[in-house]
Amino acid sequence: MAQPVSQRLLGLTGKFLVVAVLGFIILPAFVVTIAAFNDKAILAFPPKEFSLRWFQNAINYRDFRLGFENGVIVMLATSIIALVVGSAFAYVIDRYRFRGRNVIEGLLLAPLVVPHFTVGLGMLIFAAQIGMTRTYTVVIVCQVILVLPFVLRSVYISLRNLDHRLELAAASLGAKPWRVLLTVTLPLLTPGLVSGWLFAAILSFNEFTAALFVTAQRTQTLPVAMYNYVREYADPTMAALSVIFIVVTATLLALANAFLGLGKVLNVEQAR
Amino acid sequence: MDQSGPASGGAQTRPFLKLFTAPAVIVAAVFAISMLAILQFSVRAHIPGSLDVGGFTLANFAAMARPLYAWVFIDTVWLCLLTAILSLIFGYPLAYALVRSKSLFVKSFILIVTVTPLFLGEVVRTYSWTVVLGNNGFINSVLRQTGIIEQPIQLLFTVTGVTIALVHVSLPVVVVMLAAAIAHIDPAYEKAAESLGAGPVRVFLTVTLPLSGPGIVAGMTTAFAWTFSAFATPQLVGGGKVNMVSNLVYTLGFANFNFPFAAALCVAGLALTYVAIAAMRLTLRPIEKVGVH
Repeated sequence: MAQPVSQRLLGLTGKFLVVAVLGFIILPAFVVTIAAFNDKAILAFPPKEFSLRWFQNAINYRDFRLGFENGVIVMLATSIIALVVGSAFAYVIDRYRFRGRNVIEGLLLAPLVVPHFTVGLGMLIFAAQIGMTRTYTVVIVCQVILVLPFVLRSVYISLRNLDHRLELAAASLGAKPWRVLLTVTLPLLTPGLVSGWLFAAILSFNEFTAALFVTAQRTQTLPVAMYNYVREYADPTMAALSVIFIVVTATLLALANAFLGLGKVLNVEQAR
Repeated sequence: MDQSGPASGGAQTRPFLKLFTAPAVIVAAVFAISMLAILQFSVRAHIPGSLDVGGFTLANFAAMARPLYAWVFIDTVWLCLLTAILSLIFGYPLAYALVRSKSLFVKSFILIVTVTPLFLGEVVRTYSWTVVLGNNGFINSVLRQTGIIEQPIQLLFTVTGVTIALVHVSLPVVVVMLAAAIAHIDPAYEKAAESLGAGPVRVFLTVTLPLSGPGIVAGMTTAFAWTFSAFATPQLVGGGKVNMVSNLVYTLGFANFNFPFAAALCVAGLALTYVAIAAMRLTLRPIEKVGVH
């Protein structure tokens, strides 16, 4: 049955709006990709000749290499610690009420609202007071604080969706709490745990503002190295590196979506 | 997260409670201590040329009343509000399509496009915007080649440019929060309104929009807080012409080594963020309540 003209017009306007907003989100990625493959050092659109020299530059640049290595160290430590701390705590807030629960939860979720420069400055002052500036430890602890809310949330949502009867069944058959946890709960939580870990890893690898405050020359992560580069040079090396960042991040998220269902993890799926 | 799970019945058997809470307590404690460190620094005197701090003083907070600093706070709050409102307006259609689209491909595409920038970090996104907005950048090149303009339009280092980039930063999180709220609306309500003769616009305005109230409030407040937190965007796109509290904190800390004043700015900024969020919640209360059934 044909819809009235007004309704079809409404549908078209809606579609146009959606496409326009998607275009706005993609625009910078699209532009930076063109700039990255442009042979000339000066940005020009459309580019006349294409080359891969900026990609070579980006990969060979010493500070970027160092930043990448530091970033991987920080990312691995941060994501593993945040996963363990976050999922353990998600487990207890899902199941138990106890004194101090809301205070701890409030403190752990606060970094969603507290500006990153404030967390960074606070960690820097604290690290200075105990003589730990310029160490990886302060960078990692700072990143754990920042990514923990995301791990907490994604594991918590998985726990909410978990069928407790399966755990009860295992327990009634005589399985001890540890056994239930390891053989029933954890396997069922895998999608939430993997996506929580992935969120933590990507967010910590890409985090910039707080890292700028707590990293030193020796411990600077890739985004900090990139920021310093942009302040000194204006060639498209940064564009090339940005393209690599965008492609890797989008691929990881698309894989996570295909295998884990990001919609469910982010809680944006229509309730049936 | 305020409901206790079904397993909470037997208070005497609560396996893993202490073991699983302890690590979280440590992280929460470190965070609390670092916030207290800021608070403590904010009321200490700055000794020029030294990283040590002097005695107790409220001079840091008094100094913020000077027009130079007061204006940065006013500009920051204005930019945060503007960004939150624009993100809401542009984010809503996308969130709606993300939840309600019938095609799985469209859903996945919108989700990946929206979520990727969320994880990209500020530096890559901000740098990309400088390439889009610069005088020799994408927009100006296209406009010049098509003969629409002769002189480049100044977009970089302007409030307009900074606002565009800030909206781009907070849009994804607003979309995710709105989508979560829209996803939890029972379609039966909309069907009921429809069957009573309401057109699609009326159904949207009187049912869907009010029921997504909690998402609107969460999205607006988060966009405000995240924009307040932005540093690279105003620094690189604003180029010193547009300054936010974050830039002031960094300059005072790392160019002037006046960490007490930087800490005081952080304290004031944090207080301001919480006041603004509370004010937004209060203003939006009527719609937030509707969504709770």
